[in-house]
Amino acid sequence: MKDPSMRSEALLDIQNVRKVYPRPGGGELLVLDDINLKIEEGEILGLLGRTGCGKSTLLRLIAGLAQAASGSISYLGHNVEGPAPGIAMVFQGFALFPWLTVLENVELGLEALSLPANEMRRRSLAAIDLIGLDGFESAYPRELSGGMRQRVGFARALVVHPNILLMDEPFSALDVLTAETLRTDFLDLWSEGQLPIKAVILVTHNIEEAVLMCDRILIFGSSPGRILSEIKVSLPQPRHRLDPRFRELVEQIYVAMTTQQTGHARSTTRSEHFPGLGIGSVLPQVSTNRLSGLIETVAEAPYNGKADLPVLASGLQKEVDDLFPIAETLQMLRFADIGGGDLCLTEYGRDFAAGDTDERKRLFRRQLLSYVPLAQHIKRVLDERSSHTAPKSRFLDELEDYMVPEAAEQTLRAVIDWGRYAEAFAYDDEMAMFSLENPS
Amino acid sequence: MPQPLPPISVRKAGGILTYWNIVAALLVLGLVVFLAEASRGVSQSLAELRMTPVSLDPANLPNYAARTSLRMLVAMLLSLLFTFSYATWAARSRRAEMLLIPLLDILQSVPILGFLSVTVVFFMSLAPGRVLGAEFAAVFAIFTSQAWNMAFSFYQSLRTVPDDLVEAARTFGLSSWRRFWRLDVPFAMPPLVWNMMVSMSGGWFFVVASEAISVGDTTVTLPGIGSYIELAIERRDLVSVGWAIGAMLIVILIYDQLLFRPLVAWADHFRFEQEGGIQPPHAWALTMWRRSWLGDLLKGSSNFVLRRGDQLLRKLGNRSKTNLRYAWMPWLDRAWYAIVAALAALTCWKIWAFISPAVSAADLIDVSLLGLATMLRVFVLIAIASAIWVPVGIWIGLRPRVATLAQPIAQFLAAFPANLFFPIVVSGIVALKLNPNIWLSPLMILGTQWYILFNVIAGASTIPSELRDAGTNLGVHGWLWWRKIALPAVLPFYVTGAITASGGSWNASIVAEVANWGDQHLQARGLGAYIAQATTAGDYHRIVLGIAVMSAFVVLINRGFWRPLYEYAERRFRLS
Repeated sequence: MKDPSMRSEALLDIQNVRKVYPRPGGGELLVLDDINLKIEEGEILGLLGRTGCGKSTLLRLIAGLAQAASGSISYLGHNVEGPAPGIAMVFQGFALFPWLTVLENVELGLEALSLPANEMRRRSLAAIDLIGLDGFESAYPRELSGGMRQRVGFARALVVHPNILLMDEPFSALDVLTAETLRTDFLDLWSEGQLPIKAVILVTHNIEEAVLMCDRILIFGSSPGRILSEIKVSLPQPRHRLDPRFRELVEQIYVAMTTQQTGHARSTTRSEHFPGLGIGSVLPQVSTNRLSGLIETVAEAPYNGKADLPVLASGLQKEVDDLFPIAETLQMLRFADIGGGDLCLTEYGRDFAAGDTDERKRLFRRQLLSYVPLAQHIKRVLDERSSHTAPKSRFLDELEDYMVPEAAEQTLRAVIDWGRYAEAFAYDDEMAMFSLENPS
Repeated sequence: MPQPLPPISVRKAGGILTYWNIVAALLVLGLVVFLAEASRGVSQSLAELRMTPVSLDPANLPNYAARTSLRMLVAMLLSLLFTFSYATWAARSRRAEMLLIPLLDILQSVPILGFLSVTVVFFMSLAPGRVLGAEFAAVFAIFTSQAWNMAFSFYQSLRTVPDDLVEAARTFGLSSWRRFWRLDVPFAMPPLVWNMMVSMSGGWFFVVASEAISVGDTTVTLPGIGSYIELAIERRDLVSVGWAIGAMLIVILIYDQLLFRPLVAWADHFRFEQEGGIQPPHAWALTMWRRSWLGDLLKGSSNFVLRRGDQLLRKLGNRSKTNLRYAWMPWLDRAWYAIVAALAALTCWKIWAFISPAVSAADLIDVSLLGLATMLRVFVLIAIASAIWVPVGIWIGLRPRVATLAQPIAQFLAAFPANLFFPIVVSGIVALKLNPNIWLSPLMILGTQWYILFNVIAGASTIPSELRDAGTNLGVHGWLWWRKIALPAVLPFYVTGAITASGGSWNASIVAEVANWGDQHLQARGLGAYIAQATTAGDYHRIVLGIAVMSAFVVLINRGFWRPLYEYAERRFRLS
């Protein structure tokens, strides 16, 4: 190793990294704040958090696909300013070139290195062999199943013999069984030391996947994205999901993540007294069917109104990313309380579970207009105007003062869906107009 | 230089003398002869050209056909070059985009003959007294009928390259040169090939006007099918018109078999949708490319170009520039806006200074009225063509077997020059004493109505069978079925076709509003006829005025009518 790397032991050293996005109307939006982390040789590091917490953004910064606003990312003592040769990435959606065969896709990883053709071919075939794609060299991606496609993704990343392998939710586009096979195969190769890599960074929103694969897990919180806590996983490989120590770690992570959620919800509660702030929180796009579905499930046996989140998640075959937004929305609407890794129905929640369609709609309308400042605001504007109509852009502009345009659009979509279900207001997508009247 | 290795899974059977190798060798030899034949005349002087005027002897037709197809091929290559550079620039640079894309919009609306009439003198002066100058002008005219929609298609593809592929290309450190050939071009290929075919048809439509150049005092008749047709029309020789149609048919067929079919079949594997759907078209020429030494040669040379280009660019220091801070952006943008505005003002002033001495306000009003007349024609024709072709297209599109038969026929019809119908139309109008203002109009839509048909067929074939089954299940039939299922489902496709047809018809108006058959001249009142007349008279002020007004009409109609309609159809009715 050259002398710059002598100073720091770490493969990758990230210090005080912040990332901001410019807002269309001027100003900036903070998406990652004060990130500090180091990656040692031989470890698998997990970045765990919900959608929108900036974990994928961090991965892109490390990959050199984006630039940090401040702070430093140094790889082997050199600042990362663009894609570095020793850092390769596996993508969530595979990112295979559909017009290239498996072999050509893998060779693409080497093309930039200007190797002689036969060396390129030799290394590619070795990577294909290693990852279990033998016999598929001349297949096109469209002929392969999802699992095989992602194997190509792995082979393409491994063929460059990277020091650090970045994985951006590599298994989340696969079905449960395929994902499990791929994880196991990867871990086997990794623990046998067959992979030509020194460290792995895995971005995931699947808690069990993180515990299964990682040596160290960083839990991310959102708005702005930041590291909440670090959990070391010292269980020996291979790990088993039913191992009591494994379950204990999963539970511990759930508690850590829900504590953060509670804190987040608190701030929403407080902001009710400050109407200007409350409108600015991003709302998750959760359909009312899912909300009532979760209320019903928790109200019934065996939960009877109180459910342990990990148990609930595995019972419903849901991952954190699916379950948390629903639970969080229930909490925001005061249909449930979250704390210590448990979801507990409130009295309103139980009423909702017991009610018929009309009763449910009535309850939902009351909770929506009491606890979601944006819904309140829309309703008030519509009430005040003599026409009882308002264009979508009016609210979109307001929201964009607080969030990026995509988040504003998503938030408004969520509130439209809830408002329609609650029959609190109507929305005409064709005209992009809110109104008080439903077609009769 | 490292040799490319053969693909591991495909073992080549036999030695050199396989069937495909022999066919490939013959074709390459044929191509060499064709090129030699076609390029022989280019170095002639204009005086020599006048010594051997175009004759109606059918024995000359193979030579003429070769000359014409070579011109079209060269124009196509130029169009590709233009597409790759112009569209890439526009897609990569935000500031260039602001200027280049509206510019393309306008270039697209400028009538093709307009380009010819104002540039011919310049091109002739490049090679004074030589045929070469006139050839330049002809190729340029064909180029202007081909390039714009290709560039648009490529630009739109570049804008929609999936993010994760871009990121993959970046993490693996592909240089921008490699990224272009490995990612951008393949991704853009299927729509680009489609647009190349449309362009080729457009080129044929104007082949007469681009070869028989007649602008004011400049009259050059380049040997080619177009000039042959022109002469046949002048001499009222129906038999020769028949010969020309035959020759065109053969050339279009050869282009289809040797170039477009293989291109379409080849582009099919660049389709991004990963699920299988329609069977890729079969092309024997592609099979030949793949199974013979030609394929290896092509693959080897493209790898070589890729590598060398990369090395060359690296030597030139093709490093990505550092990102400027956000704070500077607005100011740079403003400066850029100012430059663009200044340029635009200067251009307006120049045009005005050029036109104003010879043109009065009354002229302007007059030309605008002529524009309205042509506009009325275009809209009525589009409406009539839609009423005919939408139901037919839906009927065909729902029957895949009929659709595969109908597509190539429609493509051939799209390439048919309107001039070939002049004999019939003119003698009909004269014999029956009809009003040319009405009866010349169908010529405008002759070549362009097929775009409506193509697109509706494509749209109807994408209607999910579940949707059709649901309709049947609910007993939806008759007019209700058309109104609620078929028409909404094809609307986005129809609008795309109608936009192309409308633009093409404006362009065609210059050829179609004036028709000659021997000494009989018929003329409709319209902007196209105005420009055609001004071109014949060599009146540059009026040519520029006519072109400017026509561009303004087309741009306004596109912005004010077609684009909103397109957006509406996309939003409401796109099945996805």
